[in-house]
Order: sequence, then C-alpha cells, then structure tokens
Amino acid sequence: MEAKKTRAVNLTEEELVYPGNRACAGCGLNILYRIGLKAIGRDAILVVPPSCLTVMQGLYPITSTQLSVLNVTFASTAAAASGVRAALRAQDNDHTKVVAWAGDGGTSDIGLQALSGAIERNEDFLYICYDNEAYMNTGVQRSGTTPRGAVTANTSIGGKRERSKDVASIIAAHSPAYVASCSAAYPLDFHDKIAKALGIKGLKYIHAHTPCPPGWQMEEKVAVSIARMAVSNGLYVLYEIEDGRMTLSEPSAKLLKKKSLPRVEEYLQAQGRFKELGSDDIAAIQSDIDSKWAAYRRDMAGAAA
Amino acid sequence: MADDDLRVLTSDSYAGPGDAGRTGAWRVLRPVIDYEKCAPAKSGKAACFLCWLYCPDNVVSKTLEPKIDLVYCKGCGICAEECPPHAIAMVEESKFSDLEAADMVQAGAVTAGADRD
Repeated sequence: MEAKKTRAVNLTEEELVYPGNRACAGCGLNILYRIGLKAIGRDAILVVPPSCLTVMQGLYPITSTQLSVLNVTFASTAAAASGVRAALRAQDNDHTKVVAWAGDGGTSDIGLQALSGAIERNEDFLYICYDNEAYMNTGVQRSGTTPRGAVTANTSIGGKRERSKDVASIIAAHSPAYVASCSAAYPLDFHDKIAKALGIKGLKYIHAHTPCPPGWQMEEKVAVSIARMAVSNGLYVLYEIEDGRMTLSEPSAKLLKKKSLPRVEEYLQAQGRFKELGSDDIAAIQSDIDSKWAAYRRDMAGAAA
Repeated sequence: MADDDLRVLTSDSYAGPGDAGRTGAWRVLRPVIDYEKCAPAKSGKAACFLCWLYCPDNVVSKTLEPKIDLVYCKGCGICAEECPPHAIAMVEESKFSDLEAADMVQAGAVTAGADRD
C-alpha cells in the first residue's frame, strides 16, 4: 500500500545547496533543507520569511541555494506563496512547484493567520514548518511551540510556563489536502513525504522537528540522536493525515507494539534548556506522553488489525 | 521594459559556496575516516552512506571511500556519531601540522569542492 521508500544508497547525489553557509554546526534544519530540496527539485520557487533558513541562504550577493527563493515579510508567507501560485497560473505554468518554508515562530505565531486563510482557500502549494522550538536566529526567544519548562532568552527563570501549541493539529482542523510530521533524525521519511505531498493538488502541510544545538543547549554531534530519541520515546510523533485519516509513520508506528516506551528523562536531561525542570514537571511530561499513546493504541487497534 | 524596472527593484543573489566564508575554520575537531571499517570502502559496493545523508553541510561525498571537504566542514561530528561501524574519529585540529592541514584542504577542495571555487 505504501510507495517504495527511498534509501540513502539510491537517493539522488545531486545537491541543490552549497556548503559553507551560515547555519550553525550540527544544524538539524540544514540536514532537512539539503535532503528536502532533493525531493523538491530545481523546478520550484521557495517562499521564505525571516527565519534561520534566511540566514542559511546567505547575505546578498551570495546564496547557498541553487533554486529561486522569494524572501517575504514574517506574516505573509502563505499569502505570498498564494500570489506566486497565482502568477504561475496566469502564465499557464502548471509544472513549477511552490514551496513555502518557514520556522515555528513564522508559522505558529506570526504567520498563522495567512496560513489559515490559504488553507481555507485550498491554495495549491506545499507549506513546510521546521520546528526548532524557539526563535533561534534572533537569539533563542520563546515561540508558540517552545515546550513547557524550556529555558529561553526570555523565559530564563523557571523556563516557559505555558504549554506548546500543537500547530499540526491546528492545521489538520482545517482539513487540508495533506498533513504530515517529520523529524531531522529521519531525513528520508521527510524526502518521501515531500515527494508524496507535491503529487497532491491543494494545500499540503509538513511539520518538521529540527534540533538546534545552541538553542537546546546540547553538543552539536548529538543533534540527530536527540531528535531520534524524541521519536523513540513517543514525545514527537511521526504521522500523515490524508482525507481526515491519520496513520503513524514507521518509526512511530512500531511504538504501538511496545508495552512501554522509553522514559522521557534521558531526552530532557540531555538538553541544557530543560535544566529548570523538577521531578514533578518531568512526571507531568511523561504522563502527557503516556495518555497520548494510550489514545493512539485505542484508536489504531482496529486499523492495525 | 517592465522587466527591466523590476530588475532594478529586486536584489537577487547568485548561488555559490561559502557565503559564510571558508567555514572549515570554525572546526575544532576534524573527522577522520578509517576506510578499514567503513562499509562501502571495505566491501567496494555502494552501501550505508549515512555520513553523506546526515551531513548538514553537504561536505561528505557519496563515494565508495567517502571524502570530507575540509574547506567547509564545520566539525559538528554528526557523521562520527551516526556511522554504524564507528569508522569516523573526531581528532583535535591541533594534532595536525599546518602542512598537513594545507594538504587536507587541497584534497578536500579537489574531491567535494572542485567546482565550487
């Protein structure tokens, strides 16, 4: 039933990003950007608001990206992407892909209104939100998706008090053509979901969890393994929603068979941003994960059989 | 004519490597691959390539003996962490002599960055 999965061995060698960009060492977004563009290809226009991605694309006059990028204002990403699609339509161009690629601040906080409108109009483009869980390129300020308890530049005492927004669920409530979640630990899953999304007409949304070594206060080398841990302990779930039906992607689906999931402590303790969490806070996070998975087991028991 | 007006109004960049300079200078630890352990190098067959897949900076080549472009490698160490047979060691830059460093930069420039200068 599934399309065949890409493996590292047969993934295209062609690179659409040059090395030597301004991304920090060990950047999770940089991994997904590189691999994601392989799925998007050269016949595409990217629409990018202020974000780490803008930083990675470089300062005028050099850019690391080999395809067209339109840099737009923070709040207008989805509106601008709608406009790019309309302009292509006016030129009878039905082959060029339009991909909006924004950060979690640009999606969950500032760009949400334009995105909501674009989904409601069912505009034809792919929107990717990379979620590093704070405004990283301006110096780690809390965003709507920063998890509760995380220390940021403006939640430095006691960490962030509020719960994070589940942006993908907000988007899914609009019933767009396609919704998926991805992680920097699974770049090939991201690649295949982009390829699938681009084959669907209408608005497609992908939410990608991208570790940020300086913002999460961890060693650069563990960026991928920490992101993987967030999936394997059930905190971050990889799934697709098509026609209102949710299916878990392989790395998360295999957790359904497990009697108990690895505890979340190891993930939290590996990151300096969670140093303010007490044992009660950690227990509360664990209990949130456990009840989420109890619901998945209940809902998906029939589907899996 | 309208197009010409627009060209004045937009500032378009050209694509190229090193918009942040030679980012290899950021590196504190240098990845060194032991080809005796590396799966594709050992078997002579296309396999694994996880160092290439996970490299955030596009500095590892997808070749039977993967080569690292030290001109731009930022030394994050993800390749070493993700390598299943642990074939990549992260070695302190100070362990390499300047001459060696120059050689490695040359080698890197020739392998992964040949068309990028």
